[in-house]
Amino acid sequence: MPGSRPPEVKIRRSFPDVLAGGIFVLIGGAFVAGSLGYDLGTPLRMGPGAFPLLVGSIVAALGLAIVVKGLVAGEVIVFGSIPWRAVAVIVVAVLFFGFAVRGLGFVPTSAVTALLTTLASSRVRPLTAVAVAAGLTVASTLIFVVALQLRIPLWGPWLGF
Amino acid sequence: MELLDNLALGFSTALLIQNVLYCFVGVLLGTAVGVLPGIGPTATVAMLLPITFSFEPVTALIMLAGIYYGAQYGGSTTAILINLPGESSAAVTALDGHEMARQGRAGSALAAAAIGSFIAGTVATVALAVAAPPLARVALRFGPAEYFSLVLLGLIVSITLARGTALKALAMIALGVLFGTVGQDIFTGTPRFVFEQRELYGGFDFVSVAVGMFGVAEILRNLENEQTRAGAVISKVKNLWPTREDRRRMVGPILRGTGLGAALGVLPGGGHVLASFTSYAVEKRISKRQQEFGRGAIEGVAGPESANNAAAQTSFIPLLTLGLPAHPVMALMVGAFIVHGITPGPNVIIDEPALFWGLIASMWIGNVLLVLLNLPLIGVWVRMLRIPYQVLFPMIVLFAAIGTYSLSFNAYDVYAIVFFGILGYILIKCGCEPAPLLLGFVLGPLLEENLRRAMSISRGDASVFVTRPISAVLLVLAVAALVIAVLPAIRRRRETVFTEEE
Repeated sequence: MPGSRPPEVKIRRSFPDVLAGGIFVLIGGAFVAGSLGYDLGTPLRMGPGAFPLLVGSIVAALGLAIVVKGLVAGEVIVFGSIPWRAVAVIVVAVLFFGFAVRGLGFVPTSAVTALLTTLASSRVRPLTAVAVAAGLTVASTLIFVVALQLRIPLWGPWLGF
Repeated sequence: MELLDNLALGFSTALLIQNVLYCFVGVLLGTAVGVLPGIGPTATVAMLLPITFSFEPVTALIMLAGIYYGAQYGGSTTAILINLPGESSAAVTALDGHEMARQGRAGSALAAAAIGSFIAGTVATVALAVAAPPLARVALRFGPAEYFSLVLLGLIVSITLARGTALKALAMIALGVLFGTVGQDIFTGTPRFVFEQRELYGGFDFVSVAVGMFGVAEILRNLENEQTRAGAVISKVKNLWPTREDRRRMVGPILRGTGLGAALGVLPGGGHVLASFTSYAVEKRISKRQQEFGRGAIEGVAGPESANNAAAQTSFIPLLTLGLPAHPVMALMVGAFIVHGITPGPNVIIDEPALFWGLIASMWIGNVLLVLLNLPLIGVWVRMLRIPYQVLFPMIVLFAAIGTYSLSFNAYDVYAIVFFGILGYILIKCGCEPAPLLLGFVLGPLLEENLRRAMSISRGDASVFVTRPISAVLLVLAVAALVIAVLPAIRRRRETVFTEEE
C-alpha cells in the first residue's frame, strides 16, 4: 500500500556524505594495508605498524559509518560546482614552483608561478595578470631574499649563468 | 608576591624594543588579515612561520600570537562597517553592529568593540597569569598514561565545537592523526608510508598541511562563484566616543562577555566562536530591550566582542600549560615552539620563565596597541577591502609556496600543499571541517608516543589508562564529551548556533 510507510523510514541519500565517507575508507584502508607491512610488535613493545593499523582501522570504520548514514539519512549539503580551471591552474602552478625553484632560481620561478596562478580566475585580463605577476615577483624577492635573507639563488643553474 | 614578580619579568621581556616592534607587526598583520575576507589567521601564521625561524624564540611567539588576536579584532571592524565579518567569530558582531552603523552610530559600535575587547583582553591576561602556573604544576606530575588520555580528551572536545556532524569531525581528527604517522617512527627509526622517498622521512610538514587546508582549499572555495566584491556601502564614522547612555549599557555585557569568553576559550577547537554566540544569546535573553536586538542594540556588540577577545587570550592556557593547542593557530605555534627547541607544555614555565611571562605580558601590550592602532586607522582598513581578489589569491599561493619551501628547501613540502589543498577542498565541500584534521595531525605523534611509552611502562597492560586516577577521570570526561557531541538535543542547539553564522 503506498503511503503507509512510517515517515522515519524515508530515505535521504546524500552524495557528499558518500563521497566523504568513501575518501575516509580509501585512505584508512590504504594505511591499514601499508601498516601490515611493518612490524606490529607486542602490547609491551608496540612496533611501528601498530598505531597506524589501529588509527587506520578507526578512519576506515568511521568512513563506512558515514557512507551508510549518507545512503539512509544523509546530511543536506549543497555540493556546488567545481572551478576546474582554478583547480588545474593552481595545482600546476604550485607543482611547478616545487619542481623548478632549485634549477631556475627564485625570480623566474616566482614570476611563472604567479602568472600561472592569476589565470585561475576566469575574469582576469591578460594585462592585469602580467602586472600582478610582476608586482608579486618584485615584492616577494624584496621580502624573502633581500629582507629575510632566504638562501635561494635568484637565478638558477638551468639558465646557464 | 610571586605573581607580581613574574609579571615584572614578563613586562621587562615584552618591553624590549624588538619585542614591542614585532608585537606591533603581528597585530598589524593580524588586523589586516582579519579585515580581508578570504585569508584567515591560520593560513597567515602558516605562511609567516618560516620567517620567524631566524628570530629569538620569544620574539617569534610574540609576533605569531599578535597575528592571532589581531585577526580576532580586525574581523569585527568590517563586520560593523560593511556587514562583512572577516573572521567567523565576528559574524555575530555584524548582526547589531552593522545595524548601528546604518543608523549612523558606527562610531559607538566601533568604540564598544574596542573598549570591550580591551577590558576583556586585560582581564583574560590576568586570568591566564593566575591560572597557568597551578595548572602547569599539576601537569608536571603527568606520566605517559595521563598525557595520552589528556590528548585524547583534547581531540574529542574539539568535535563538540566543530560545525557539521560529530561523525565527520571524528573522522577528520582520526585522519589527521593518521597523516601524522607518515615519516620515520620515533622509537625504531623505521620509515613509514614514505614510498622509498627520502624526502618524506621527516613526515609531512604541518605548514604544508595548514597552508593546503586553510589557504589553497579556501581559495578554490572562493573561486567557485566569482563576483567582484560589490562596492559596499561604507558607513561614515563619526563620534567615536559613545554617549553616556551607551556607556551605561555597555558595562554589563562587557563584564559578562569577558567571563564567558575567558571560560569557553579554554575549550579546544574554536572556543572563541562559541563564546561570542553564547554571549549574544545571554545578552538577548536577560535584556529588558529584547526587541532592540538585531536592530542595533549596543549590548549585542559589546558582549560578543568582549567574549571573543577574552577567549582568544585564554585559549593560550592549554597551549602554555599542557602543550595542547586549542585552535589551528595554536597548533602552528606548537610547531614554532618545537622549531626553536622548546617542547610546549608544563616545562615552559620553569625552563623558560622569561619566554612564558614575556608572551603573556606582550598580549596586554598587544591589546593596547590594537586600540591605539584601530580607531585612528579605520579608514585605512576599509580601503584595504578594495584590493581585488584577483591580486590577493595569487599572492597567497605564491607566498605559501615560497614559505613552505624555505622551511627546509624540500620540494616535497611544496608538493604536499597541493595534496592537502585538493583533499581539503573536496572534504570541505562534503561538509567536513579542516580544523579537527590539523589538530589531529599535530597531536597525533604525541598520542602515539605516550601510548607506546605507557604500554611499555605498564608491561603491556592496557588497563593502566583506567587504573591511574587522573587518566581515568580524563577518559571519563572524553567519553562524556563524545556523548554530548552526538546527543540530538545538544546537536540541534549547536546547529542553530552555527547556522546563524552563515
